[in-house]
Amino acid sequence: MATHEIAATHHGPAAAHAAHVPAEHSAHAALAHHFDNLEQQREAGSLGMWIFLAQEVMFFGGLFLAYVIYRTRFPEAFAAASNHLNWKLGAFNTAVLICSSLTMALAVWAAQVGRTRRTQVFFMALTGLLGATFLGVKAVEYYDKYRDHLIPVRGWFHWEQPLSANVSEQNIQMFYWIYFAMTGLHALHMIIGIAILLPIMYRAWKGAYSPEYHAPVELFGLYWHFVDIVWIFLFPLLYLLGAHYAGGHAAAGH
Amino acid sequence: MSEHIVPRKVYFVVFGALMVLTALTVFAANIDFGVLNDVIAMTIAVTKAVLVILFFMHVRYGSRLIMLVVVAGFFWLAILMVLTLSDYNSRKWVEQRVRQSTIPSEAGR
Repeated sequence: MATHEIAATHHGPAAAHAAHVPAEHSAHAALAHHFDNLEQQREAGSLGMWIFLAQEVMFFGGLFLAYVIYRTRFPEAFAAASNHLNWKLGAFNTAVLICSSLTMALAVWAAQVGRTRRTQVFFMALTGLLGATFLGVKAVEYYDKYRDHLIPVRGWFHWEQPLSANVSEQNIQMFYWIYFAMTGLHALHMIIGIAILLPIMYRAWKGAYSPEYHAPVELFGLYWHFVDIVWIFLFPLLYLLGAHYAGGHAAAGH
Repeated sequence: MSEHIVPRKVYFVVFGALMVLTALTVFAANIDFGVLNDVIAMTIAVTKAVLVILFFMHVRYGSRLIMLVVVAGFFWLAILMVLTLSDYNSRKWVEQRVRQSTIPSEAGR
């Protein structure tokens, strides 16, 4: 111990801090050996997850950029194509995702304050069910697009409504390419999310998470909220962009 | 030392705000504000995203290092958008200048 005390006086707080490490390690089974304390461990986990999410911002960012470029090039085609989407289903799904973010935040909370495993699993199951509801509605929308020949594949895509002067079918098809790429990538994130949630739920049911250790719940929450944020942008950009043109387009159809 | 625990009340208030903003964005989209429609829709979306990031994702209670990573992520996205769009939107200027410089010579032939 004498060497530790000397080190502490010579090297200041950092060394003194290191001297306390063994005590805390023996106190917390949840603390991995390469971290000084639980706070540092939590911080490192969150930081890693946020760096992954910053990469996800870039991943979706490329598609948002494609959307902005093609929309500024073909504004009328995008408005007409957007009006064909069912904004009511889009709005319903937005509400479903916001609810699922709330239940996920409450699942994290339940683990943080040490509520029973039943409460934790309840909020996680609710989150998963809301996620599945979102995907179900999305499947209905995709089926409608398939039925209406709006899957942007050569030989299948066909726009049956009248086209206004500056709009070609290819421009409308471009909107549907972007629509399917963006919502498809988003739906893939939801499917992966549910697949990750299930084992976390199983472990929660086994009582794995406590106020000391609930990193998987917390970090999965970050992922889930991020996917919610992507949809918060997709909904107005894809479903609502032509809403106020609706009257004008109906008139132009005559 | 211990983790900051966000009171449940904060989550419910943020949830309410997100729902109200969703209704607002649908309502605003159906009124013709001209170019302002996009500005309004994006302002609402950014507000909702910031609420989710600060409260649901606990960034408001997190360390400055995490805030830096979050800001850097979106700043990088801004670079992607601004540089690419400044290229796309300024191409017309170059075409116009080329046309202006070629037309007089053709007229003088």
